[in-house]
Amino acid sequence: MAKKIIQKTKNPMPLQDPHERAHNFDEVALGYTVDLAVLEAKRCIQCKNEPCVAGCPVEIDIRKFIQQVADRNFEGAFHTLLERNVLPAVCGRVCPQEDQCEVKCTLGIKNEPVAIGRLERFVADHGALLKFTDDTPPAPPTGHKVAVVGSGPAGLTVAADLAKMGHGVTIFEALHKAGGVLVYGIPEFRLPKAIVQREIDGLKHLGVEIKVNHVIGQTFTVDELFTELGYEAVFIGTGAGLPTFPKIPGINLIGVYSANEYLTRSNLMKAYQFPIFDTPTIRGRNVAVIGGGNTAMDAVRTSLRLGADNAYLIYRRTRKEMPARVEEVEHAEEEGVQIMMLAAPTAVLADEKSRVRAMRCIKMELGEPDASGRRSPVPQKGSEFDIEVDTVVFAIGQGANPLIRNTTPDLPVNKWGNVLADDDTGATQKAGVFAGGDIVTGGATVISAMGAGRKAARAIDTYLRNPSVDGYSPTDI
Amino acid sequence: MHRILSKEVLAPDVVRFWIEGTHVARKRKPGQFVIIRINDEGERIPLTIADVDKTRGAISIIVQGVGKSTRQLNAMAEGDAILDLAGPLGRPTELHPNRTVCCIGGGIGTAVVYPIACGFKALHGDVTAIIGGRTKDFVILEQELRAVADQVIVTTDDGSYGEKGLVTDALRRLIAEGRTFDEVVAVGPLPMMRAVVEVTRPLNIPTTVSLNPVMVDGTGMCGGCRVSVDGEQKFVCVDGPEFNGLLVDFEELGARLRAYREQEQEALKVYHEQQACRAQAT
Repeated sequence: MAKKIIQKTKNPMPLQDPHERAHNFDEVALGYTVDLAVLEAKRCIQCKNEPCVAGCPVEIDIRKFIQQVADRNFEGAFHTLLERNVLPAVCGRVCPQEDQCEVKCTLGIKNEPVAIGRLERFVADHGALLKFTDDTPPAPPTGHKVAVVGSGPAGLTVAADLAKMGHGVTIFEALHKAGGVLVYGIPEFRLPKAIVQREIDGLKHLGVEIKVNHVIGQTFTVDELFTELGYEAVFIGTGAGLPTFPKIPGINLIGVYSANEYLTRSNLMKAYQFPIFDTPTIRGRNVAVIGGGNTAMDAVRTSLRLGADNAYLIYRRTRKEMPARVEEVEHAEEEGVQIMMLAAPTAVLADEKSRVRAMRCIKMELGEPDASGRRSPVPQKGSEFDIEVDTVVFAIGQGANPLIRNTTPDLPVNKWGNVLADDDTGATQKAGVFAGGDIVTGGATVISAMGAGRKAARAIDTYLRNPSVDGYSPTDI
Repeated sequence: MHRILSKEVLAPDVVRFWIEGTHVARKRKPGQFVIIRINDEGERIPLTIADVDKTRGAISIIVQGVGKSTRQLNAMAEGDAILDLAGPLGRPTELHPNRTVCCIGGGIGTAVVYPIACGFKALHGDVTAIIGGRTKDFVILEQELRAVADQVIVTTDDGSYGEKGLVTDALRRLIAEGRTFDEVVAVGPLPMMRAVVEVTRPLNIPTTVSLNPVMVDGTGMCGGCRVSVDGEQKFVCVDGPEFNGLLVDFEELGARLRAYREQEQEALKVYHEQQACRAQAT
């Protein structure tokens, strides 16, 4: 029998031209066509041990859905995804597959792995185009009521899973729009908001109720969700809350933003369409973004689209240590982002109107590995230099939002204010209260938050059926 | 959607609304604010809750039409609906019982001071209110405050009503007459709050101010509302809106309030043009 010849590399993702896309907010990646998807799916060797599934935090039956695509059974593939993932179009776009399912792909040992993420995105989008719907009948109503705080990836996952189990679920969202970081943080050009809305509509179809403009900790406390509104369990998925700024002079000048604010103005509030939309933003000509993660990439690429002539990304280590996805860094560079490695700001300098006129930086070199295992940057004495900028955006991480902590004194948190929750169940030490996502782990990924939501849903289901099993095991923390 | 139950013009470009908002009314304490968004294109506007009516599940806000959004809000009518209402936000006023307090409101700031005065009075405080406006027409909530406070002094810049002068002139006079206060609460334009603090600082009178910086989400997420208080970074939305006025960096706050001046003027211009077009069409 002739040996099957395998195409060594992934079928490339069709992209918008870098010069064009750097000036619009339309999606960068255009998605596979049907033929490309089938071709890519046929690269999968359908290996028995399917290591890719173990790499997926929400345990999608990857081998099965890829076979279905190869067989052109797109509806079947769509249902296979939905069984495990309520946000396939989102995950297909923003999951770091290269560190999860794809890194484990057998094909990847000698060649490039199967483009699982691109296929997931194709199936979700194609399914939406052909109006496939989730037709699995929901479980009979259990009569139990669960409150989910926050409508980001963790909250949406826990809500969908619990609704499918027959529980009554209400999501409380502080902002005016559901989706959390998917709507305020990740830009349109990477994750179109219509796609997020489509997946959230799918949740409503499952019977999940979403209450926007409800700030838990203020509108209702966690305790009031139990005592006044009669919920039997509460899941806290409020995300990474409070932006951090470095302790250097000039951070309160006009033109200095946290990445949260810069991205929220543009994404959630649509400031890039000002004055059609009312929220303004500063359209800097020379913009410096500080950080090396995906949020920093999103911010610096947004600045180009807002009209920057020079968009600098300033990172204190080197490319190798950047936490951002390689693909995002590459896209940013193609679009004209100028990456300045081994540099860190020491001061933001003002003009006479308290606006940013420049940023003073210092050169760094890499020293010994720190706690994170990455070589830590060491400032080089006397190497200060100024770069002329009018806008500075800090994307250097976040603290925990205090609103729930302040009003729920019996909910234990760590020294950074993150909620202490069991790794396997999301259970906290407060009876009936579960937590997951960035509020527990600090800033991480969409899919890890979804994985935490999945685990918490199982534990909440068990708890509702038998409240004496609270799933909390102190040794797991 | 949140229906406007009633609308009343209190002063030129200053309107009091009562709006449906059961979820906000039930929890609100003096000093807290809401975020309002008029429609899908709207920005998130932080506004102090001036009063609540728990039986009707309604809140009252007092709005001064300055930029596009506040003017658009003030053009809305009874029966119209506001798309989004989130709150109550911020920390409540730190009220202590049996206090002798001087509550000072400048212009629209009186709308913020009024619920604070009510809060102190409810705890058996001795409340003196000083409220000021440019002219008689700009003095608001005088009757409401008279119903609550032990003494109400009105000042106008031009002397068209009450005492001629600034609220700080009245405060200085009271102090010169030997009145003592456990606390002064001052809310109004930045220069006014700053001037009050300059009167109270040498006398070491604890002075609370309520700040209204540029804000986006109002829940601690964006950091746009950061101010320096005693050299420390604070977020007005979650750490405030009230702070020790003696420690606030007003200079920096003043600069930050001007961050979007050009865009604000542009938005207002476009709004006026649209209104003119609409008027012509009808």
